[in-house]
Amino acid sequence: MDWQAFSLSLQLAGWTLVVLLPLGIVLARTLATRRFRGRGMVEAVLALPLVLPPTVLGFYLLVTFGGDSMLGALYERLTGSSLVFTFEGLLLASVIFNLPFAVQPMQRAFESIPVEVREATKCCGLTGWRTLWRIELPLAWPGVLSALVLVFAHTLGEFGVVLMVGGNIAGETRTAAVAIYDRVQAFDDIGAGVMSAALLVFSIIAIAVANRARPAIGWNHDRKR
Amino acid sequence: MTASVDLKADMQADKKAGLSVRVRQSAPIALDVTLDCAAGEVLALVGPSGSGKSTILRCIAGLHAAEEGGITCNGETWFNTSSGVNRIPQDRRVGFVFQNYALFPHLTALENVAEALLHLPSAQRVIRAHDLLDRVHLDGLEDRKPAALSGGQQQRVAVARALAREPRALLLDEPFSAVDRATRQKLYRELAELKRDLSMPVILVTHNLVEATMLADRMIILHHGETLQAGAPLDVMARPESAEVARLVDLRNIFEARVVEQRREEGVTVLDWAGRTIFVARQDRFAVGETVDWVIPAASALLLNPKKQRDGTEKNLVTGRIGELVPLGESVSLTVVVDDANDLPLNLSLPAHFIRRTELGLGDAVTVSLLADAIHLMARRK
Repeated sequence: MDWQAFSLSLQLAGWTLVVLLPLGIVLARTLATRRFRGRGMVEAVLALPLVLPPTVLGFYLLVTFGGDSMLGALYERLTGSSLVFTFEGLLLASVIFNLPFAVQPMQRAFESIPVEVREATKCCGLTGWRTLWRIELPLAWPGVLSALVLVFAHTLGEFGVVLMVGGNIAGETRTAAVAIYDRVQAFDDIGAGVMSAALLVFSIIAIAVANRARPAIGWNHDRKR
Repeated sequence: MTASVDLKADMQADKKAGLSVRVRQSAPIALDVTLDCAAGEVLALVGPSGSGKSTILRCIAGLHAAEEGGITCNGETWFNTSSGVNRIPQDRRVGFVFQNYALFPHLTALENVAEALLHLPSAQRVIRAHDLLDRVHLDGLEDRKPAALSGGQQQRVAVARALAREPRALLLDEPFSAVDRATRQKLYRELAELKRDLSMPVILVTHNLVEATMLADRMIILHHGETLQAGAPLDVMARPESAEVARLVDLRNIFEARVVEQRREEGVTVLDWAGRTIFVARQDRFAVGETVDWVIPAASALLLNPKKQRDGTEKNLVTGRIGELVPLGESVSLTVVVDDANDLPLNLSLPAHFIRRTELGLGDAVTVSLLADAIHLMARRK
């Protein structure tokens, strides 16, 4: 059992959640409530990681993050380290390929809040922040929670993008999924089996949490009529 | 309209307490409406779906901006396209009761009301929210969430929440459409009672004329975003200015006729209605030879009892046959197809016992007397 890889996976998933929770909420709420030019474009780009083969996405991210690219060069100049084959680069990639898993459920949740409820908050004198904290987030919470569960489980299991962008550096970029592949390559079936079982247990827990959140999604007042 | 005229109109509006609204737009719903609502007055906006009633409320609340116009309340400009003012809803301080109430479903009744009391220190919010819920007779239900309240109770929470900010204007968007009839009657009484204590302008959007008559001081008939007529509800319903208004206030006996004589000394206007002579209580706005629309309420077209002898005093006798006979509880709605004029059915409303006693049935020949005092003449739209 490669505890280091396992802990790295958990850290990656945790940090991805930390970044995607506010980012996802902002994007989802904007897409759910605002009508602006190019909205369809934004939605399409956000959905791209769902349909692209992970290795293809990983390849493009590798090219974009590399020292030869503008982004990669800028990052190197600012921090002194590279974006590829580092934990930070892996985190950025993870945030990007998880965007649709975070934004889509959250967007559905914000969309399910009736327009009049939103308008009522304005007529009651609530500021935008107060509306978000007191009204919208509590109502959208089940959707937000299931998005987080999806992102967490997805990050633990992602293989193609991780391998392309992060490589397989122990303690830096070797995640559980990569480590399992490593074990199999080394004919260590027991090691691979134990880690796979651990990921399986995690996935089952994730589904259970997501399912517990789901019945609450439709509970707001249009169910009554 | 020039800018200077606009300015003058605005200044005049500024002097008045109450709400003054002028909105015009071509899309998404065409609107061209000017209205005033004094402090303490209840103004009903009545019209069919799509007539722009709700859009006007949304303009006043600041939830929608019209292409052109101005809105002032107690001298404050809320909206003015010529000076570029468009205050956000939070700053306008209106109380809005939405058609489906739009309560916050995850908050209790008390929390729903308290949420509109953020201008108070938090210790006072709960006390004030309790007061407001008491006022709408919801004491004891403070801790229920909307889903655990009946439709009528939800409406009361919405009213309490709308009143919480001591609004400068109260806007009610079909507040009774989502409750059953019995509850509605009760809520009418409660609102009529509440109305006495309200000192702000109140605008009630409805398509229900009974509601407008019971609750409103004045009513505006809207159609395709335009004001057709304004006035006291009973006046508008008794004396519509055009056939269009008459149809919108549910009058069905609307016919065309020509004025043939104005008998000043007798106080009579004589009409020619498809070859029949009809005598009407004198309405001198109309010239001899002018084509007019006339209307008579269903209850003022009297079916003569065929079993009784006539005394010869009945005026405006029209003969025909019964075309339809629809029992509606204690009354019967029937149509009479007038002889030699198939396109002119008269609609009558009679007590059910009259039909039983006279044993009238479909196709029977009948005589109808049109009460001269009840006939109202309307100018034709140019």
